[in-house]
Amino acid sequence: MTTTTVPTTAALSLADDALVLSHRLGEWIGHAPVLEEEVALANIALDLLGQARFLYSMVGDEDELAYRREERAFLNVQLVEQTNGDFAATIARQLYFSCYQGLLYGELAAADGELAALAARAVKEVAYHQDHAVQWTLRLGDGTPESRTRMQDALNALWRYTGELFTPVEGLPVDPAALRDRWLDVVGGVIRQATLTMPDGPDHTPWAAGAGRQGIHTEPFGRMLAEMQHLHRAHPGASW
Amino acid sequence: MSTQNTDWPLWEVFVRSKRGLSHSHAGSLHAPDATMALRNARDLFTRRGEGVSIWVVPAAAITASSPDEKDPFFEPAADKTYRHPTFYTIPEGVKHL
Repeated sequence: MTTTTVPTTAALSLADDALVLSHRLGEWIGHAPVLEEEVALANIALDLLGQARFLYSMVGDEDELAYRREERAFLNVQLVEQTNGDFAATIARQLYFSCYQGLLYGELAAADGELAALAARAVKEVAYHQDHAVQWTLRLGDGTPESRTRMQDALNALWRYTGELFTPVEGLPVDPAALRDRWLDVVGGVIRQATLTMPDGPDHTPWAAGAGRQGIHTEPFGRMLAEMQHLHRAHPGASW
Repeated sequence: MSTQNTDWPLWEVFVRSKRGLSHSHAGSLHAPDATMALRNARDLFTRRGEGVSIWVVPAAAITASSPDEKDPFFEPAADKTYRHPTFYTIPEGVKHL
């Protein structure tokens, strides 16, 4: 299944991040507050799905990897598997993750390695995802009292999943820990500009975060996976 | 889609398909402000490489001719052939005419 040159764990970690977040964003289809926003979220989901497919195909069979692995075999960070919540929660998740992914792909594109080609292409996509999240954070934070409260709550609630973003990934030519200061600068700048407060709680807890990369996931992930995989498991190899 | 309506204004979108051509009307969308209208337009109208430039204009800022005034506005042109450049032969190779 694997070739000798591709860093399997690194490729799977990035692919699982992209696939899981793509699926979560896809859940907004049919439920978004307005049609225009539904299309925007679906476009971001499709970008992420494209990244995931590219990475899976480097490592093995796409369908096998996406649809036949058990929960414990997924290496995505716990942040991306969190439920959509209200629109502010989705935007907070997008802000935290797209800022991280943008920095990571930027470094990967500059570094030599098997992942550089994907990163160079994806960095443009992620720049747009980041812009989308920033624009909405500013509008919700500096909007009505209701939107402001919800945006601040969402940032606070997801903060505990941000520490895991900076844990090392085996085979990745970039050390995520080195991205942390820049990530804090970018995210902190947006939060301040949105007249919101930087969350000050712990960015990880022994119970909830810090282990997605080791295959330990939070409760909502199992249900998401069941929904994502059941069709393929019921009809293996089915096609349109 | 939720049934809840938003009071976001309507925007008309104009896309320039390539350099040298003028912007043409592509459609309309709702957005809370001009910045978001531009981003929505990107998502709705230029995802497949359809354009190099986008304009968004508040639909309320456009004054349109009324269908009721169709005759006085447009009809008189038809019977004055001297207004139409139909007596020239168009050289070969001229595009966009």
